[in-house]
Amino acid sequence: MLEIKDLHVEAGEKEILKGINLTVKEGETCVLFGPNGSGKSTLLAAIMGYGTCKVTKGTIAFKGQDITNMTVDQRAKLGIGMMMQRPPNVVGVKLGDIVKVAGKGDDSAIKNAAKFKLNGFLERDVNVGFSGGEIKRSELLQLTAQKPEFVLLDEPESGVDLETIDLIGAKVHDLLYDPKACGVGNAVKRHVASLVITHTGQILDYIGADCAYIMRDGLILCSGRPMDLLKDIREKGYGECVKCRMVKM
Amino acid sequence: MQNGEDVKKALGKTAAYGSDIDIDRFDEGTYKPEQYENLEDAKEYKDRMTDVGMATDENNRSGSIIFIDNGMSHCSNKEQEGVELMSTNDARKKYDWLKDYYWTAVDPQKDKYTAKTYLEDSDGYFIHVKAGYAVKNPVQTCMLLNKNKSIQNLHNIIIVDEGASLEIITGCATSSHANDALHVGVSEIFVKDNASLKFSMIHNWNTETGVRPRTVAKMGKDAHFINNYVLLNPVGSLQSYPAALLNGEGSSAAFNTMCLSHKGSNIDTGGMVVLNAKKTSAEIMSRSIVKGGQIIARGRLVGNAPGAKAHLECRSIMIDDGGSSIAIPELEAHVADVEMTHEAAVGKIARDQIEYLMSRGISEDDAVSMIVKGFLSGSINGLPLSLKKEIDAAIEKANLGS
Ligand SMILES: Nc1ncnc2c1ncn2[C@@H]1O[C@H](COP(=O)(O)OP(=O)(O)O)[C@@H](O)[C@H]1O
Ligand SMILES: [Mg+2]
Repeated sequence: MLEIKDLHVEAGEKEILKGINLTVKEGETCVLFGPNGSGKSTLLAAIMGYGTCKVTKGTIAFKGQDITNMTVDQRAKLGIGMMMQRPPNVVGVKLGDIVKVAGKGDDSAIKNAAKFKLNGFLERDVNVGFSGGEIKRSELLQLTAQKPEFVLLDEPESGVDLETIDLIGAKVHDLLYDPKACGVGNAVKRHVASLVITHTGQILDYIGADCAYIMRDGLILCSGRPMDLLKDIREKGYGECVKCRMVKM
Repeated sequence: MQNGEDVKKALGKTAAYGSDIDIDRFDEGTYKPEQYENLEDAKEYKDRMTDVGMATDENNRSGSIIFIDNGMSHCSNKEQEGVELMSTNDARKKYDWLKDYYWTAVDPQKDKYTAKTYLEDSDGYFIHVKAGYAVKNPVQTCMLLNKNKSIQNLHNIIIVDEGASLEIITGCATSSHANDALHVGVSEIFVKDNASLKFSMIHNWNTETGVRPRTVAKMGKDAHFINNYVLLNPVGSLQSYPAALLNGEGSSAAFNTMCLSHKGSNIDTGGMVVLNAKKTSAEIMSRSIVKGGQIIARGRLVGNAPGAKAHLECRSIMIDDGGSSIAIPELEAHVADVEMTHEAAVGKIARDQIEYLMSRGISEDDAVSMIVKGFLSGSINGLPLSLKKEIDAAIEKANLGS
């Protein structure tokens, strides 16, 4: 589904990603771990095609097409969606307007705003004065309308209370799993692939995960089973990870 | 009454702002235009009127006055008991008391345009709302400039008597063959004690048209005035600087200006509010989109009485290189107990905002136009829905994407 080869990315005149190789298969959930500032958000932004990220070398392919030079909207139309950690305020543009346009005529998401606890938010300027949890729910409502085939989730559960995590977890689950396949909430077959950044791994309780990568200083240090890596990070911290890789090399 | 000789001298007086226009270059406008009983019959002008917010079926309107060049072409009134609608010159004949208003808000010697209007005895619309009468639906007025190479001189008078309320939607437009022409409109507005007026203007001129409105509103005690000024299509040279004089305690005025400046347009807009009485308040808000041409956004607040509160905001989005945007906010206080603030910002639309919308599958052009629409109309309260629709349509037509 997504194949990244030797990706080098500059942001603000500085090389941030220094040769990333990463693959996400159809229907897979892959996790990105890594300390703050390692370049995880930059990688997601580069996949979405944001202008702040300049690809200097390497390629990104999606569904077999080279998307390295595509515009953001072209990528979105191909089926990539993103939940940003800190989306910008857009004064004058209402959340409802975005959800409406993203839904391309299907207004089921907008009607379900209440299920995202976003009553009264559709008429508000998007992200302006939204709390941390409101931003997450608004991002998920937009993505639900958009129906992407592959989602980039940047710390979907960070900075929100436990109750909100439950709601976010359920909504991310609905986004990834085909509700018709095995009944709502119980589906086993994922129809949407994703790349998820998480520090705590809490979101994985809701959506499961198939593979994981650890990033540091713009490089992928190792990959493995998500729960194994998470356990190592929890017990030994990222410092050990580096050593482990050194040994391997 | 003024001394005619003095006013004649003022014919040579250049205006304080805006490029100087040679008024002698223009022919006299038509005084006896075709008369339309029913606006739907004015087929030739219907589209132009609709474009500037006129409801030609007159549904949801209390009344309509249409001027073509210098003469009235239509006048209808559904609110006979509370509202009087007629031409200014008819009103002068009918009411001797009108001399207490006529040329008392605007000084005929202000500049060559007011002098010309005075000396021509120009006609215009007269709107009077009787005391205590709340007019439910807006009154609509439309000023069509039809004769090419001519000057349209108008003199409007609006009186909202004690405790009354009124909304006016005005559209000004040139017909397609009248391009190189000049529109001069003097408007004298009186909002009496406890009365309110909401006045929304939308314009559709041509690439070479000159426009010089002269508007002053005098406000009574606890009187409220909202003035929305919308210009979205190309214009030759427009200079407008309406003023509200807050003479009554507790009165307020809000000037909202929304402009889209096109290549070749020269726009000088803004407004002044003079806070002469205690506890008066004012807001001047200017939003402009510069696609080309030049736009100057002025705003001036003068605090002359204690408890005056006022805010001025000039914001401008530059779409491309090749145009210029100048914001001139001025705050002037003559007593200590005032609270006056201003904000000004000029820049392009932040790239991350455009890309955020694009990441939802929205094209770059559509993302820009969503942001611009929100910037122009979303932030201003009390904009009539019909005007908002016109704004959205004009932004779509202007194709602002890069
Ligand atoms: N636009 C930018 N300009 C300059 N530096 C940037 C920019 N974007 C990201 N960086 C830097 O790149 C590094 C990686 O950032 P980021 O991808 O946000 O890390 P993570 O998400 O892993 O915490 C940080 O040092 C950050 O300061
Ligand atoms: Mg990050």
